[in-house]
Amino acid sequence: MIPELGHFALALAVALATAQAVIPLWGARARDPRLIAAAPALALGQLIALAASYAALVWCAVTDDFTVLNIVDNSNSLKPLIYKITGTWGNHEGSILLWCLILALCGGAVATFGRNLPSALRARVIGVLGFVSAGFLMFALTESNPFLRVWPPPLDGQDMNPLLQDPGLAIHPPVLYAGYVGFAIPFAFAIAALLEGRVDAAWGRWVRPWTLASWCMLTGGIALGSWWAYYELGWGGYWFWDPVENASLLPWLTGTALLHSAIVVEKREALKTWTILLAIGTFSLSLSGTFLVRSGILNSVHSFANDPARGVFILGLLAIVIGGSLVLFAWRAPVLAPSGLFAPISREGALVLNNILLCSIAAVVLTGTTYPLFADLLFGVKISVGPPYFQSTVLPLAAPVFAAMTVAPLLPWKRARLGPALIRLWWAMVAAAVVGVVAALGLRRGLPALAFAASAWLIVGAFAELVERTRLFRVSLRTSFSRLAGQPLAVWGSSIAHAGMGVTIAGIAGMSLAISTIVAVKPGTTVPLAGYEFKPLMTMHPSRRAFTTQRTTVTDAAIHTNGFADIYTVLGEEHDGEAVLRLHYNPLAPWIWFGALVMAVGGGLSLADRRLRVGAPAKRSLAVPA
Amino acid sequence: MTRKRRRLWLLVACGVGLGSATALALSAFRDNLVFFVAPSEIAEKAPAAGRTFRLGGLVEQGSVHRGKEAGQPTAEFRVTDGKGTVEVTYIGILPDLFREGQGVVALGTMRPDGTFRASEVLAKHDETYMPKDVEEALKKTGHWNPNAGPPPPASTWNALDPRQKKG
Repeated sequence: MIPELGHFALALAVALATAQAVIPLWGARARDPRLIAAAPALALGQLIALAASYAALVWCAVTDDFTVLNIVDNSNSLKPLIYKITGTWGNHEGSILLWCLILALCGGAVATFGRNLPSALRARVIGVLGFVSAGFLMFALTESNPFLRVWPPPLDGQDMNPLLQDPGLAIHPPVLYAGYVGFAIPFAFAIAALLEGRVDAAWGRWVRPWTLASWCMLTGGIALGSWWAYYELGWGGYWFWDPVENASLLPWLTGTALLHSAIVVEKREALKTWTILLAIGTFSLSLSGTFLVRSGILNSVHSFANDPARGVFILGLLAIVIGGSLVLFAWRAPVLAPSGLFAPISREGALVLNNILLCSIAAVVLTGTTYPLFADLLFGVKISVGPPYFQSTVLPLAAPVFAAMTVAPLLPWKRARLGPALIRLWWAMVAAAVVGVVAALGLRRGLPALAFAASAWLIVGAFAELVERTRLFRVSLRTSFSRLAGQPLAVWGSSIAHAGMGVTIAGIAGMSLAISTIVAVKPGTTVPLAGYEFKPLMTMHPSRRAFTTQRTTVTDAAIHTNGFADIYTVLGEEHDGEAVLRLHYNPLAPWIWFGALVMAVGGGLSLADRRLRVGAPAKRSLAVPA
Repeated sequence: MTRKRRRLWLLVACGVGLGSATALALSAFRDNLVFFVAPSEIAEKAPAAGRTFRLGGLVEQGSVHRGKEAGQPTAEFRVTDGKGTVEVTYIGILPDLFREGQGVVALGTMRPDGTFRASEVLAKHDETYMPKDVEEALKKTGHWNPNAGPPPPASTWNALDPRQKKG
């Protein structure tokens, strides 16, 4: 009964999403206020239907309803309750449904919090979101329906991949998907702007909080995924340049670029066309990232759904959404009149540099990720592109980003001189130089020392704007403090986010110094590594868990951390009374994820700024009655 | 600063960015492409010693020997695609899902004595999973016709030629 209700709610959501796509868009075109006014209700209706459908799926999982194929394939009556719930998005069908649910949530959020938007713009945004929803819900209903039944029902289910039964991975997909799908809102705003033929500062102000919110989620999602890979896969690494990981990194790179170019639109009304293109590009990368990976076209260790039959539907949908929006862009973008002149050296110029570099990084990562696919299709050769490719292309392009990141906030808009900004950063330079020299002397290795210098430059320099604004050491400390308290949260947010990047870089640099050894030892003996004496099987608990249902064992790493370094041990097989151990000493490893957390918190602070808050009435719109 | 000059600046900046990205990607491609090679292809034409590539196939039944070298665990095993066999040596812990008769992908280089020195061994996911590249290699050597249904269970595979097996 419950699965049928869920199935019906899903079908209802498809119908409502189609209505949500057609009615508001038509209404905005025909200037029919009644049709325009229907938009929020339709979006909320779709959200309710889809939430009911998802609740039905969770109900089936929790009550072990083994008449449902999806539950049989991915669940087991012995599975802990928490993994029964989170297991609903640990498989292809459920994850697609979750994806659609989050998209519906976005529509609901625009309907609820977007009251201060012009009604026609809001109707168009909701309509575009409805269009995307309708397509992917159709996919969920016809090609990957989680409510299909089996008869006769088996006694028990086949259980979930043990690697996925883990708290880190349990919360990872919703966070990551919220990041991916959140970029649908800037995308919808971009399409709506193209349909209206108008982009102005207000548009920039409306788009930025949505972009910022999804950027925070995506940052958190990527960090969680990398953390999971670090402690659960037991390979001692945190990033493998795997297609799945790259698929999440690509929208993050272009999303970061979008975040910054939207500032230029808001403040200076320049870079409009470019920002629209970035919004389209970011969501396109999110879409292709999710679905190309899920359809198994880019095969990898992480993907847990490999069904090429679904690929055709997905490719068609992607072609319509991405191709359609790019055609619309080519047709309508010339309408958007550029304005706001600026010199190459200025805040705008620096943000343009940020955009060019981030997009170049995205381009090389995209090339490396898709090249094996094309080489196979076109030339029939089997190749793979390994981490060395990514390291040698991304690093040189990222270095100027780090260099410019600290200087840019000190440059005035329109026209600036580099000299004064650099002079005001002398203490950041001193900090970077000291750290760099000390690291170079201590480590005798060039690249990590440079990275440590860059991280010091970022962390110290990130607060240059705040120091500048509070006029620290130029006025009395008390005045400085009172000025500090009065600084807008957005300034705090950007400083903290930039510093977070510095923390992450320090972590990455530290990890490049990691050492490891593999030993076969008897209990009670000690192994020296990096100044620690290891007494195996006495103090730490790396484990191999045996999963009875799938007859596999999973190696869990035991990690002991003191905040500055991780000691990471993996237990191999036992042989002749000896245990095989892999020991890693990973300096600064926790900083990688801590830095990402700091970045997300910075974004969140910025989001809490009243000037940017979603739905906060703009003062000007109060003065002018709509 | 006129509009035209600004546009010129932007174009130059974009050109420099994209140009350096292309140059970096091309130079990195030249050194870092990792080819997938099946054991029978090594018999025909071995890749140059020192060149890193991925070797994929099935772990031959009864070929795995574990040992110890300078306190570190080592493993030796043979990888086969039914037509050719390559001896693999590896220092380290074999992955949990490594089993005799199952698909495996190893990253490493050929040594002058004709053995393969693996720096990484990947065995994927579960007992029914076959790495995609290995599957292709099996199809190529004629061990599996995809039209005849799913691949036979991996554990029945061995270095034997299928025709001999039948006889």
